[in-house]
Amino acid sequence: MSTTATETTTSYVPAPETLAAVLTRGERPPRPSAWSASVTFGWRAMLKIKHVPEQLFDVTAFPIMMTLLFTYLFGGALAGSTTNYLQYVLPGLMAQSIIMITMYTGVAVNTDIEKGVFDRFRTLPIWRPAPMVGYLLGDMLRYTIASLVMLTVGLILGFRPSGGVVGVVLGIAVLIGYSFAFSWIWTMFGLLLRSEKSVMGVSMMVLFPLTFLSNIFVNPKTMPTWLQYFVNANPVSHLVSAIRSLMAGKPDTGALTLVLVAALVLIAVFGTLTMRLYNRK
Amino acid sequence: MTELAVETSGLVKVFGENRAVDGLDLRVPAGTVYGVLGPNGAGKTTAVRMLATLLRPDGGEARVFGRDVVKDADEVRRRVSLTGQYASVDEDLTGMENLILLARLQGYKKPAARDRGAQLLEAFGLTDAADRQVKNYSGGMRRRIDIAASILNTPDLLFLDEPTTGLDPRSRNQVWDIVRIVVAQGTTVLLTTQYLDEADRLASRIAVIDHGRLIAEGTPGQLKASIGAGSVHVRLRDAAQREQAQRVLSRELNAPVHLEADPVALTARIAEAGDDQAAAERAARALAELAADGITVDDFALGQPSLDEVFLALTDRPATIEENAA
Ligand SMILES: Nc1ncnc2c1ncn2[C@@H]1O[C@H](COP(=O)(O)OP(=O)(O)OP(=O)(O)O)[C@@H](O)[C@H]1O
Ligand SMILES: [Mg+2]
Repeated sequence: MSTTATETTTSYVPAPETLAAVLTRGERPPRPSAWSASVTFGWRAMLKIKHVPEQLFDVTAFPIMMTLLFTYLFGGALAGSTTNYLQYVLPGLMAQSIIMITMYTGVAVNTDIEKGVFDRFRTLPIWRPAPMVGYLLGDMLRYTIASLVMLTVGLILGFRPSGGVVGVVLGIAVLIGYSFAFSWIWTMFGLLLRSEKSVMGVSMMVLFPLTFLSNIFVNPKTMPTWLQYFVNANPVSHLVSAIRSLMAGKPDTGALTLVLVAALVLIAVFGTLTMRLYNRK
Repeated sequence: MTELAVETSGLVKVFGENRAVDGLDLRVPAGTVYGVLGPNGAGKTTAVRMLATLLRPDGGEARVFGRDVVKDADEVRRRVSLTGQYASVDEDLTGMENLILLARLQGYKKPAARDRGAQLLEAFGLTDAADRQVKNYSGGMRRRIDIAASILNTPDLLFLDEPTTGLDPRSRNQVWDIVRIVVAQGTTVLLTTQYLDEADRLASRIAVIDHGRLIAEGTPGQLKASIGAGSVHVRLRDAAQREQAQRVLSRELNAPVHLEADPVALTARIAEAGDDQAAAERAARALAELAADGITVDDFALGQPSLDEVFLALTDRPATIEENAA
């Protein structure tokens, strides 16, 4: 590889005619739409997965581990049998795993922003949020992969959702849509914090209480009253209720509405903060 | 009146206590190569980043083709391109993918983007490396893909931030050739550099900056006239002949001759008012006189003043650079 590199360097002589041909001042194409620019950045995220496939480890191994661990560790004690527990816990585990891996968005933004290529993006006359939306589009692919991996493991272990294919697909769609909104928290921290380490640290501080102090693992009725207040106010609990209800074939419109409102608020607040930081960087 | 590609007045950028750019006035005529010369930390990158809309100025004004870089940022972005000091392409992607990505972002449709990419790779001698990740490119190839990415939209103004720092002489020459062709096609080039030599070869005007301030501005000829045409470095075979050599040189060069720490070395600055030809002739005469006096010379070199010498001449103090240009 290095030999070809040297050859190309040494044999190259800039030719005025070919270079001049490249520099013709014809019509410039019209600037791309906001959507098209975002999709192009999403394509970049996919190329990165293609070139560095190891990053899919987080979205495959981690969810499998979570599913096996919690089903077998708590199943017998909490629901009498692992299969019974699986029906209750799997939708919640899916939500937990996906919400957990949203934090990699922040890490990716943080490591990328230091690189020169970001300066180039920022000097392009494109819709300003496009690079950020592109990350999230790429991440939605990762969330989909993780959801499907967990669903497969779940089905093998005996998960039998009564909502059928439609219910499961809708449940996953709600989860991914919510994760898209939730990820804006991390794009903000990715831009705000100095190092990858601090992004990870903050993510953990937020994600652990948010996912564990919820209705994912046990019914909140079994908890002390003061904790129930927190658990019932936790947006992750509403998300999990909504997904569970869809997968069980009995949509809970109350929870679904709350999830939609929470998602819009997250985008409005953290999307704005992200763009403010991005423009100032 | 010629159109101005860049016009700044009292431009300021402060980082904490540090006034990185401190009241900079620049006027860059369109259609030329303009050199910004300064040592490490002079504020070159900071100034360029403000002009490229990446940093918001803390004071003063900057216009690019008459458009304010803050208020009309989008209009400015449409007409400029920046090749940063460090790679400004995605190292994980291949050369081709990088160019397609940028072409798509500038509005090219898919097939046209690929054609544009192929055309650029061809023009920059990178066709063979099209499908290799940029992180596996050599230094010279990286610079070329970077410049290719910057001229993808045929910008009216191209910023090159230290385009040749760290390149070998051959790659440096390639970059110089590219710059000459780019400017001949009507793109204004603003390049920053730490080498007077580079600015002299490429730029039609040079701004010398230090501590964020402009300390001199003019054509390379004017600048060299105020500094001296160059310096002569002599190494003798025999240290015992040094005093005799010093007398001959100061008589012939009509300039003070400095004795180096090295007991066989002498240097002198020729004051030929920016005339390279006259300086060379005078140096040649001095060499002939040394030989006529029976002084054995191991090494005799006439060079452009180093950045250090430029600064010494302009400010009476050496440049605050880390790796002092010897
Ligand atoms: N983001 C930043 N935050 C704080 N200080 C900064 C920042 N960027 C630059 N500086 C400081 O501003 C001053 C000017 O830096 P700048 O990078 O513009 O210099 P330069 O002329 O490009 O130097 P070099 O030749 O090393 O590239 C330096 O003292 C630098 O430490
Ligand atoms: Mg710099």
